[in-house]
Amino acid sequence: MKKHKKNRNVAIIGIGQTHHSSHREDVNQPEMIHEAVERALKDAGIGIEDVDALVHGNMELFEMVHQPDLWHVIGTGGYGKACYRVTTGGTTGATIVGVGDNIVASGLHDIVMIIGFEKQQEGHTTGGITNMADPLWARNLQTGALTGATAEKTINEFGADRAKRAAMRLRVTLDKHASLNPHAHRNFGLDYDQIDDLMVNSPQLVGELRLIHMCSQSDGAVAIILACEEKAKKISKKPVWIRDHVTVHREETFNMFGINENQEVTHHNAARKLFGRNGITNPREYFDVFEMYDPSSWWGLDWLREFLQLEGDEHLKMVENDEVSINGSFPLNPSGGVISTNPIGATAALRVAEAALQVRGDAGAHQIPREVKHALASGFGGTFWTVLFMLEKDLDWQEAE
Amino acid sequence: MARRVAVCAVAQTGFVSNMWQKRFQQMCFETVESIVKQTGVDWNEETGIRNIVTCSDDVFDARTISDNGITDAVGAHFRGEEKTAQDGINAIAYAMACIMSGHDDVVLVVGHTKESQTESRNMCSNLAFDPFYCRDLGLDFEKGAALQARAYALKSGISETQLAKAVVNARRNAAKNPLANARELVTVEQVVNSPMLCDPIRALHAYPVSDGAVAMLLAAEDKYKEYTDKPVWLTGWSNCMDSYFFGDRDLASNFSLKKASAAALKMAGVSDAKGAFDVVEINDAYAYQLAMWAEGLGLCDENKGGEWIESGILETGKINPSGGMLAGNPIMLGGLARAAEAVIQLRGEAGERQVAGAKRAVAQGTTGPAGQHQAVMILEN
Repeated sequence: MKKHKKNRNVAIIGIGQTHHSSHREDVNQPEMIHEAVERALKDAGIGIEDVDALVHGNMELFEMVHQPDLWHVIGTGGYGKACYRVTTGGTTGATIVGVGDNIVASGLHDIVMIIGFEKQQEGHTTGGITNMADPLWARNLQTGALTGATAEKTINEFGADRAKRAAMRLRVTLDKHASLNPHAHRNFGLDYDQIDDLMVNSPQLVGELRLIHMCSQSDGAVAIILACEEKAKKISKKPVWIRDHVTVHREETFNMFGINENQEVTHHNAARKLFGRNGITNPREYFDVFEMYDPSSWWGLDWLREFLQLEGDEHLKMVENDEVSINGSFPLNPSGGVISTNPIGATAALRVAEAALQVRGDAGAHQIPREVKHALASGFGGTFWTVLFMLEKDLDWQEAE
Repeated sequence: MARRVAVCAVAQTGFVSNMWQKRFQQMCFETVESIVKQTGVDWNEETGIRNIVTCSDDVFDARTISDNGITDAVGAHFRGEEKTAQDGINAIAYAMACIMSGHDDVVLVVGHTKESQTESRNMCSNLAFDPFYCRDLGLDFEKGAALQARAYALKSGISETQLAKAVVNARRNAAKNPLANARELVTVEQVVNSPMLCDPIRALHAYPVSDGAVAMLLAAEDKYKEYTDKPVWLTGWSNCMDSYFFGDRDLASNFSLKKASAAALKMAGVSDAKGAFDVVEINDAYAYQLAMWAEGLGLCDENKGGEWIESGILETGKINPSGGMLAGNPIMLGGLARAAEAVIQLRGEAGERQVAGAKRAVAQGTTGPAGQHQAVMILEN
């Protein structure tokens, strides 16, 4: 799929996130968002008066607030500004960064702030997710986001011991990353010598998907400020350029065109398109960091293969050989990932934000200990939807022919 | 300079109060099929539709991620699909931005809402209010409109007769629009004597409960010729958010509409809204809004909305030729349907209600209580 020339370049110039927790009872929704907004403005070194437009997103049925951007305007700073609200499920956070990218590139607005949030304490997360299924055909079968299918698939392909060990090793690695991130919701202080114990004793949710494998439900918000090239260069010492993004949605399992069991996984499809049109032939070589939307360790493990277009057991080896650790050759989720922090409407935006912080070298204790020039960030949601971003430190890439 | 963006086709289901025989997937699919039939567009990722901007709402659809129910119906198979969760005119604008940015060449816009599916649309819009102060007061979009109607009447002195004439005009125009919901003619006496719904809003002052779907195909200026020989150009656009608490807002001030309108006019290079438009589509969910939004759009002077209604302009057929929101579109699709009518008029395809020689139109969309979020789009052929 060919890439079109961007009307103008777009950079991330400000990032702000809240402290994430299972219960942010100290703040209401607009107050929580305001924390992220204030921090993003401070980070960018601009005032709210410099922001031309806002893009807001989350999922309404988690908190049962209809069009919450209307109420949240008292915390977002959207008063008197152009405001958009775009939502696509778990992908929302990445979608709104894409909306910001497109709106700034279009020339309609020079500086746009995107805001993703969720306050899952105020609703019932698994109930909310179950409610996405078709009420006639699928709702009685849906178990929220919990599925043991990927665990079963991986076990069938690579054998139970190796598969379970790799998934748990990835879990421990990301917990170690989360312990370095002061914003992370959960870190348990896990270590690799607990793998055998956890493989057996962590409570089972569905099949071999165990409690320790599954992401949290968090309260939190993130704000990211995007600017056009001209303004980004003026305002920011360290703009992070959005080189390209791609969105790949697909229909529900039951769809009017029937079921194709051999259908390509959306993550694979998105990565193939994005890498292809940007001339990236070896993503493992090219990217210095990958912030993946990993709702469970089984998915995180399996999706390494899909995103990186790997064959055979390469993805297992990457985990077994610690290539995905913060000190490894292909660091995955130095922030700790979704498995540690998951305010759903913000989650995918946090992937982009954390990837951008790595490019800037501003990630603090969880900064990768080498230069980060090229970053990959993914969003996941809906009925297996993908949004994938490429971020760059320098405006020097060659467009693919 | 970004590429110009053309609307190549529109498709709408008719609007009715209870489309019980169709799920919203079916409603969307019919509009998409119509777009394909009109334009021959396909889903080839290199040359056809590779991004779809939808519009719907989780609360009204009672589904978390309302767009996952329609991904197949809108053809979002292994490609982009992004849902705007505010008035659908913003979906057109975002689709336009996708093309202007260079990200996409051809974008399909599809919006749907079934108000009939809800126990009460007011129960849904009650959920837009914060759970601490306003929700338990029973506020909803209808009551927000009533408070604004009172504030506007006190400020402008609009009369019951003038309000009634807004409804009479809506029905007169809707009678010529086969897609409209409320098409039965009414008289000023009937409106003035209709029962009080939410003081001072009378039953006939309010838009009927409505179901429907609207689709549009947008293409870049270097692509549109493949799909139409009657492009309608999107030349002006803006939207704007007012504050939230009614006590923080001057409800009769048109704050957000004035700002959105000024920015859209500037983008289109129009210096004065008065006399600038051959077709005006105002998102009048309630009768007072025809007058108040006309002021906000700059079509008449401050506090003169009532007099504007009686100035004879309504008899020209240029104001809400579709029948307007008063003739019945579902929430979320008000502005999208306004823009759809503008396109039909600018293509010269409006049949009995065609405004002769229409060159430039303005369409307005509203999200939230008492016009908190306003959007203005200018279209030209």
